[in-house]
Amino acid sequence: MKPTKPNRTDKAHLALEVNGERVDVVFAAHKTLLEVLREDLGLTGTKHGCELGECGTCTVWLDDQPVLSCLVLGLACRGRRVRTVEAMAGAELHPLQQTFADLGAAQCGYCTPGFLLTAEALLRDHPNPTRAEIKQALAGNLCRCTGYLKIYEAVELAAARLRGDTAEPAHETLYGRR
Amino acid sequence: MRIVGTAQRKVDAVAKVTGTTRFADDLALPRMLCCKMLRSPHPHATIVRIDVSRAMALEGVVAVLTGADMPIPFGILPVSQDEHALAPDRVRFIGDPVAAIAATTEEIATAAVDLIDVAYELLPPIASAEAAIADSDQPIHDYGDRGNLHKLVSLEFGDVEEGFATADRVREDLFFYEGSTHLPMEQHAALADWSPGGKLTLWSSTQTPHYVHRALAKVLELPPSRIRVIATPNGGGFGGKSDPFSHEIVVAKLAMITGRPVKCTLTREEVFYCHRGRHPTLMWARTGVTKDGHILAMHFRTLLDGGGYGSYGVATTYYTGALQTVTYHVDRYKFEGARAFTNKPPCGPKRGHGTPQPRFALEVQLDKLAHDLGIDPADIRVRHLAPAESVTANYLRIGSMGLGACIEKIVTAADWKSRYGKLPQGQGIGLACSSYLSGAGLPIYWNNMPHSGVQLKCDRGGGVTVFCGSTDIGQGSDSILAYIVAEVLGTAVDDITVVTADTDLTPVDLGSYSSRVTLMSGNAALQAAERARAIVAGAAAAQLDLPVDRLVFAEGRVFDAQDPERGMAFGEAVQAAEAAGGTVGTVGSYTPPRSPGRYRGAGVGPSPAYSYSAAIAEVEVDPDSGIVTVPKIWIAHDIGRSINPATVMGQVEGGVYMGLGEALMEEMAYRGNRNVVHKFPSMLEYKSPTTLEMCDVVTFLIEDPDPNGPFGAKEAGQGPLLPVMPAVANAVFDAVGVRIDEVPITPEKVLRALKDKARGKEGRFGPSRFPDIPWPEPTRVPTPREGGDGRALPSAARAGAGHPERQH
Repeated sequence: MKPTKPNRTDKAHLALEVNGERVDVVFAAHKTLLEVLREDLGLTGTKHGCELGECGTCTVWLDDQPVLSCLVLGLACRGRRVRTVEAMAGAELHPLQQTFADLGAAQCGYCTPGFLLTAEALLRDHPNPTRAEIKQALAGNLCRCTGYLKIYEAVELAAARLRGDTAEPAHETLYGRR
Repeated sequence: MRIVGTAQRKVDAVAKVTGTTRFADDLALPRMLCCKMLRSPHPHATIVRIDVSRAMALEGVVAVLTGADMPIPFGILPVSQDEHALAPDRVRFIGDPVAAIAATTEEIATAAVDLIDVAYELLPPIASAEAAIADSDQPIHDYGDRGNLHKLVSLEFGDVEEGFATADRVREDLFFYEGSTHLPMEQHAALADWSPGGKLTLWSSTQTPHYVHRALAKVLELPPSRIRVIATPNGGGFGGKSDPFSHEIVVAKLAMITGRPVKCTLTREEVFYCHRGRHPTLMWARTGVTKDGHILAMHFRTLLDGGGYGSYGVATTYYTGALQTVTYHVDRYKFEGARAFTNKPPCGPKRGHGTPQPRFALEVQLDKLAHDLGIDPADIRVRHLAPAESVTANYLRIGSMGLGACIEKIVTAADWKSRYGKLPQGQGIGLACSSYLSGAGLPIYWNNMPHSGVQLKCDRGGGVTVFCGSTDIGQGSDSILAYIVAEVLGTAVDDITVVTADTDLTPVDLGSYSSRVTLMSGNAALQAAERARAIVAGAAAAQLDLPVDRLVFAEGRVFDAQDPERGMAFGEAVQAAEAAGGTVGTVGSYTPPRSPGRYRGAGVGPSPAYSYSAAIAEVEVDPDSGIVTVPKIWIAHDIGRSINPATVMGQVEGGVYMGLGEALMEEMAYRGNRNVVHKFPSMLEYKSPTTLEMCDVVTFLIEDPDPNGPFGAKEAGQGPLLPVMPAVANAVFDAVGVRIDEVPITPEKVLRALKDKARGKEGRFGPSRFPDIPWPEPTRVPTPREGGDGRALPSAARAGAGHPERQH
């Protein structure tokens, strides 16, 4: 059977929950969740690095699990829960955002939202991850600036604080060895 | 000091972690059109005809551009104005832009691109630098030094043959350094807006808004005063956003034609075609040393595969020869370099710009020399360091020089003396060093103006705004401005507002390249802040009835050093200054010192200060698979002085990471169709280190303030990448006794070298010949030790000797 070419002007209308609020959105039916978030809902905190599922930059939560929003059709999100980086901070930064900012785990900051949401899911499920578990969890997110090291340390520091410890970064983390 | 030298959050850290930083593609304007480009599917072809009528007829298409609409060429270097916004008559690589669409939606623009009919007449493609030497019947460009050789350089400092004649040991080695690309996480994007009043505004993810400003004015024939270029925060640059690009000019032209805002965001595939990354470089090195390892003479040749356009390539060619003399003392030095045009995406500046290739060759060759002479590789380096406060054989002036301290730190930390040469088979450690510029000494286009300018505005409420043309690409340059001004004026970093990279609002800074921003914009900010301090101090001193030199600026106050209670808030002091002398604003600027070199070509290499790095890599080599893993790297970096040690750490670790990628896996590879089709223009197939490949890094910061740096600071953005590749190669030799004289060091290369060794041969993988190149007669320059004054010897055959080449 010959596939029918989708009409480019077809619009989808659906309701979903984004960052705890119900939203109704009308968008071109072929759009990915990434495009709906950025172009139709104005949530540009979610970034794109490849739009092919290769870099992890566009990671958001869908029904509480990290997904690559460039690989999810907007249409597949009817009635589902989406969480983006915009929801992480209230009046105060999330502990992960604090430690990413303090340790320099965000340099250019472009991959940062994806790393934050991936790490947040990790710490929710594994409050005390080993370095190896952190590496494994973040292996699908590319960063070209940091060499990942400050990201690991930021995740570890935030994990300690989320567990209630009054942890501080090691001196050599911020100052190097002398 | 309260701020300089202490770890700080970056001024944009909160925006970065909350996702509120507005990158170029995050911007949208009402009635904005989407731009898509048609790119050449052929590596080399003449455009016979372009028919855009079918595309124009598509509903939603508002405008179509072809090369005929923008006939004026441009390029980053004045000597290489060889690009067009859209190819007018010839395409030179797969991906060369040919036409552009502006449409109401991305889908329509994409569909319209497919409706453009282009008739091409194919030309034979030139796939390699070697082929470019031979083939000059149909040169890719109608300019260049000879046929398809874009640039030929030949410089000789002292008589190298005389040096070789007295050497105890002379080695000749060949090396190859594969091309690689920047792979910034953010794809390039640009948004243009045209006011019918005659003003163009361009937002773009560029590292060099000033040069984009110039290119737009030239190609669009607009007065620069009617163009405003705003560099948005770059989602990574690494040199990949430092040329003016086709899409930036195209969206501007489309906005002018349609009267509507136009945005173009490149796809990841297009970013691979824009490239401007590391030049694949073949190298031949002949080095003569004493028994002790002192370098009496070095003769170094490079052949660069430049791709389809000039880009920064002339400067890159010189850079493959410039910094060989800055780490270890070299008595006599000869450099011959050639850059070839080929039908591949253009190469340009990637982190380290032209120096990782020769650094790899030199450091591996030095390891071989140490092995030949029975000297420890750390010792051979420490014994022959280029002295601080000296001038090299090729007239580069070295200021502070902390390489000895760097080597000492890592040798101790890695337990080098008891481990080098003594680890079990399959495990090894290797050492290498490097140096890099803290900013190019000369601008890209010749002038006597400052390289960086800052304006400062003091507010009555105590806030201070810093205006500077510098561009933050993630390295933290905006923050550096804030820290320096806050340090001088005694305010909190949070009281400083930084406005950067906007040609309407900010004084010129040349851009984020050549590791120049901390030193140059930092010095400009320092000068502006000191001038503001003087104005405010004068008024405060009068009001407090104190001599000016008793005033202290700290904790947001201006007070008496002998009686801290006696003083006022900084904002009150600004008010006093305004009352006394009017609005408080100052400027600062920075121009690098003049270099002692006076020969043609002396413009590339000079810098106000050189940073130094030393690294030790630990490797494990699996003899069955050839897989090299790197568990750990120790690195020491001579930063001069850290303005913010936390951001320095980030640059050092990020440099090690990118170096590790180049050492083990990153390659801009081509296949099929005479080897000119990009093998894998995607992030999945272009292998870069993930968390699973990245090694542990132990970082030492060596603080040896340089008199030319602000508070003594030197660069950190590029230098720490350089020693990583040769350290890994040297460690592989220590582990399994084979030499991989080529990066990336892939498993198949290791296996082939191991097989070669098992057959009783040398146990080496690398190039086996350097082609014959018609080198010009060298420009001969007597060295400082020979009493030279920086000028070339007169040559009857060559006009123009003695003029520095006007390139950075």
